[in-house]
Amino acid sequence: MWNTKKSGFLLLLLFLVVLVIGINAGEVAAVWEKAVNICLSCVGIG
Amino acid sequence: MMWALRRWVQSAATVLSNAYALFPFTRNIYQGKLKSVCVPGLNCYSCPAATGACPLGSLQTIFANIRPSFKAGNFHIGLYVLGMLGITGSLVGRMPCAWVCPFGFLQELIHKIPSRKIEIPHWMIYIKYGFLALFVILLPLIVVDGLGYGTTWFCKYVCPTGTLEAGIPMLILQPQLRELAGLLYLNKIAILIVFLVLMVFIRRPFCRTVCPLGAIYSFFNKVSVFRMVHHPDTCVLCKECYKGCPMGVRFYEGANQPDCIRCLKCMQESCKFDAISYEFAGLPVKEEKAESAKSP
Repeated sequence: MWNTKKSGFLLLLLFLVVLVIGINAGEVAAVWEKAVNICLSCVGIG
Repeated sequence: MMWALRRWVQSAATVLSNAYALFPFTRNIYQGKLKSVCVPGLNCYSCPAATGACPLGSLQTIFANIRPSFKAGNFHIGLYVLGMLGITGSLVGRMPCAWVCPFGFLQELIHKIPSRKIEIPHWMIYIKYGFLALFVILLPLIVVDGLGYGTTWFCKYVCPTGTLEAGIPMLILQPQLRELAGLLYLNKIAILIVFLVLMVFIRRPFCRTVCPLGAIYSFFNKVSVFRMVHHPDTCVLCKECYKGCPMGVRFYEGANQPDCIRCLKCMQESCKFDAISYEFAGLPVKEEKAESAKSP
């Protein structure tokens, strides 16, 4: 039977791997690039 | 005690997420390195004071630019943002909604205005999954222009946080933007006003019916390391947990429901029968109860 007490830690491990892959793919810079420019969609004019 | 602590944490998180105090002088948004990190709550990154990135905005942008990104040889599919959201969700589930989300905090404060309170039909809590699937994932991925660029549908057409934190302040700070404000801007202002009014009468209306970020975190509630525990042997079905819950969760029907934001109000203040507790990594945590919730 699936141990739900361990599932949180397994998911944590899985998403840590996902995070590291994303960092290695250069996604940190992609997020930064978007976040430092005014998002006209967010403002409601673009 | 816990309730007061939560208010302090919510206040601190709101200030820290919006701590760029130089914006009145620069008349622009913060552009430092911290902007590469997503905050755990809903906080628009185009707010002039924002210090971090909005996870929903970041995710939509990556999906909207996925074709040009692939063409350029950059295989950006949102793993960095999904990793951050997944780590938070795996640890505490939907807890960020209760403790660190500035827009959730605003909804709770406005709901304190004395008025007749209204309950929404239960089915409405599932609408947010539609917003997540359509406005955050599918439409940014599918609807693209001739060059392959999509748009951030949720930010553009729905998000009232963006209007409040970025739309209004940026038009004040940068007058040249006012000329560009048209029907789209009015639509967003109208959505913001509707939600501000609803907040007076309904508990956290945006979190419960629309917020795609809450929808993402809700998937983790049943499996996260931190979990709520219901003790049916001591529960008398008085429904006090439901009456006091900021999300209208019927805790007596089962712990860790998708809308439980782990604010702990039910455990600390509402339940007088020790029918609610929480555990971390499967280990039960004992806590002193608030004076008002001690056994009758």
